[in-house]
Amino acid sequence: MAVARLITWLEDEDERAYQCMVRLYSHTGKAYIIGITGSPGAGKSTLTDKLTRHIRRAGLTVGIIAVDPSSPFTGGAILGDRVRMSEHNLDPEVFIRSMATRGFLGGMAKATGDVARVLDASGKDVVIIETVGVGQDEVDIIGIADTTCLILVPGLGDAIQSMKAGIMEIADIFVINKADRTGADQLSAEVCYRVEQDATIKPTDWGPPVVKTVAVDDEGVDQLWQAIGLHRKHLEESGRLTDKRRQRTYRETLRMIHNELFRVVREQLQSSGQLDDLVQDIVDRKNDPYTVMRQVVEDWLSVSKE
Amino acid sequence: MTKRIKMIVAKPGLDGHDRGAKLLARIFAEAGMEVVYTGLRQTPEMIVQTAIQEDADVVGLSSLSGVHNYFFPRVAELLREKGLDDVLLVGGGIIPMEDYEGLKQSGVKGIFGPGTPTTEIVGFIQDNVRSR
Repeated sequence: MAVARLITWLEDEDERAYQCMVRLYSHTGKAYIIGITGSPGAGKSTLTDKLTRHIRRAGLTVGIIAVDPSSPFTGGAILGDRVRMSEHNLDPEVFIRSMATRGFLGGMAKATGDVARVLDASGKDVVIIETVGVGQDEVDIIGIADTTCLILVPGLGDAIQSMKAGIMEIADIFVINKADRTGADQLSAEVCYRVEQDATIKPTDWGPPVVKTVAVDDEGVDQLWQAIGLHRKHLEESGRLTDKRRQRTYRETLRMIHNELFRVVREQLQSSGQLDDLVQDIVDRKNDPYTVMRQVVEDWLSVSKE
Repeated sequence: MTKRIKMIVAKPGLDGHDRGAKLLARIFAEAGMEVVYTGLRQTPEMIVQTAIQEDADVVGLSSLSGVHNYFFPRVAELLREKGLDDVLLVGGGIIPMEDYEGLKQSGVKGIFGPGTPTTEIVGFIQDNVRSR
């Protein structure tokens, strides 16, 4: 209950969340975070459901964050991912939360990272983040997840699609879901070919496996769970997990400072009416936005130095 | 700080007719709410557990199979048991007028039959929802 309300405060950017997060932070860092991403209808929710079943069988507890898009027009949202996850509804060791993107791009909501921390601190062993249905370029999940699984399905394009930059680059594990459909073997071969190309172009110490699943029938999901386990072992033993999390903390710290700084400056500019005057000057061509930008920043810096 | 009404739209019991529930879910979303649709065949326990985890402000139940007199009061009872007294419980579907009073007394705050203008339902929710 307290967890659910804290998540709401985080979504609302309610001031009350701040104090809670300050106290909670030292309890984070224990959960393993899995990202599930892929195009709309690829089977992310179904796969998350079945994966959760396997993780529970392994005796681990699970937090799930399922993100769906907000309407750009009304701000409302249909959050439909729980439909596939009814099985875990009454399991006290599984906590599922739906989130709307609220205009945030990149495949997740602005607060998704913080919500993952809350579930982590609440003692969940594994946190699964299911992104919105993504296209080619929504790759923010890699900034949060320890292991990112990209779910592909047959029928969405030819070999050139699998060569492109963006989403195809972020997978630690490729999942070919709906593998009982025509074209699955070809897709699998194309993705394997891409993985080989990657290994030639930029040799790394991890070659993403390609796992075939039929999520609705729970086929191949145990192999996926094994693959996640292998990736985790690889990250832990090579020291990459620590590196990855340090880089994440680095980016997040910068982003948080950026957001807070901007919030404070904007609030002051708006509430004092100064922003309206500046805008009017720019509109009247008495000043230009470049000079205004530098002036505002310099004013703020001089104030903070005093 | 942005606040949005979070609502659960649920189909309790074995009733398989969800065209109405799905349409209403979209109407609530159109009104700016964040709507969690649970899917079919939900038990009262599942619905209330969803309300807890989602920190829902509103729970909307839809029944077209005549089971409302069991399921709606049971959801109301569980909500109270779990301390969710401030969650607004509403229901709709095929519900005879003579059942309205009993359902209201059990804790269902609003009941909306076929033909109710959707603006009336949205308005009722907006007027009666809790503030956090």
